[in-house]
Amino acid sequence: MTNRIQLPPTAPGARILGLGSYRPRRRVTNDDLAQTMDTNDEWIQTRVGIAERRWASDDETLVEMAVAAGGKALAASGLPPEDIDLVVLASASLRVPIPGIGPQVAFRLGIPRPGAFDLNAGCAGFCYALGMASDAIRAGDARNVLVVGVERLTDVTDPTDRSTAVIFADGAGAAVVGPSDEPGIGPVAWGSDGDQFTAIEIAAGSSTMSMAGQAVYRWATTKLTETLVAAMEKAGVGPADIDVFAPHQANLRIVESMTKRLGFSDDTVVARDIVQSGNTSAASIPLALTALLESGEAKSGDLALVLGYGAGLTFAGQVLVLP
Amino acid sequence: MSREDIQTGLAEILEEVAGVTPADATPEKSFTDDLDVDSLSMVEIATAVEDKFGVAIPDDELGNIKTVGDAISFIEKNQG
Repeated sequence: MTNRIQLPPTAPGARILGLGSYRPRRRVTNDDLAQTMDTNDEWIQTRVGIAERRWASDDETLVEMAVAAGGKALAASGLPPEDIDLVVLASASLRVPIPGIGPQVAFRLGIPRPGAFDLNAGCAGFCYALGMASDAIRAGDARNVLVVGVERLTDVTDPTDRSTAVIFADGAGAAVVGPSDEPGIGPVAWGSDGDQFTAIEIAAGSSTMSMAGQAVYRWATTKLTETLVAAMEKAGVGPADIDVFAPHQANLRIVESMTKRLGFSDDTVVARDIVQSGNTSAASIPLALTALLESGEAKSGDLALVLGYGAGLTFAGQVLVLP
Repeated sequence: MSREDIQTGLAEILEEVAGVTPADATPEKSFTDDLDVDSLSMVEIATAVEDKFGVAIPDDELGNIKTVGDAISFIEKNQG
């Protein structure tokens, strides 16, 4: 008996071919915030480690920022738009849920009729999307995939709530993922803790986000170490092999706590883009990676460990080779 | 473990996590107002207390622990 369903040829591995990002024009310092709310530079720097962040202007919409970042990632990959078969757009800040914006972003980039959809896994969205992109390529369902993380968190933040307004910000980052003989994206270590679904939420009847800061901080600094270890174990590498550690930029103290617990080598470069960018949710990891590559702190071929985590609560991490 | 031993152990944690001088960690002191411990450092202290004393401090209990004395009483009551 022969199978009636045929499957496409598979690829041995997938890797990131190009990265791109978009930072909104408007730079907002802690002193700027102190003009309008009861806070100050010292308070913000000690608690979350943020010195400044970018806030999108009206014309810097989710679609415009996604197109800008996606276009740069495409250019960096060297691929023409028609070689992309799938667009996965991660965002948690769409104010209108219908339609999703993945198809429109693909259209604007001149990608002809790809599979395209939005994915909401909160601040873990980029790593979820990257895992799905890698799997779609390895399974033969797509030749190349464009992954975008884009947020306008200022749209869903109460500007007078100092527990969130000093933290959340806007921006976009993107990656073009394609096939490779040597795997450049390790297996994803993902999961969720849905019992804590209210820890980061836009509650019914509200239009802005609230966050149980202590609970999230505790979860991030105690429960996620095992996920980072799992991502490395699945990829067959250890902390000493990691050149770049780029966790979601939620709070500098969480970044430092994770770094301390994992025991990397002294040479490991740790992403601290939150200092300049604030917390940009699904955009934070590609923003951090492009910043490190542009500054020369990280280089092509480096082995990076990434981890996204946030509302849901969700988390996902993997080991990557930087393009 | 006696209250004195708990206080000594807690003072060690406070010194390590938040740089509090051990002699200052007396029961009447408020973490926030007297010892300048912020809300995230409270989480780190809670985690360290759990490891050191084998007690569980749920998130909603953490908000009720305002002073060093509150913490000592909580540990005393809940230790195995």
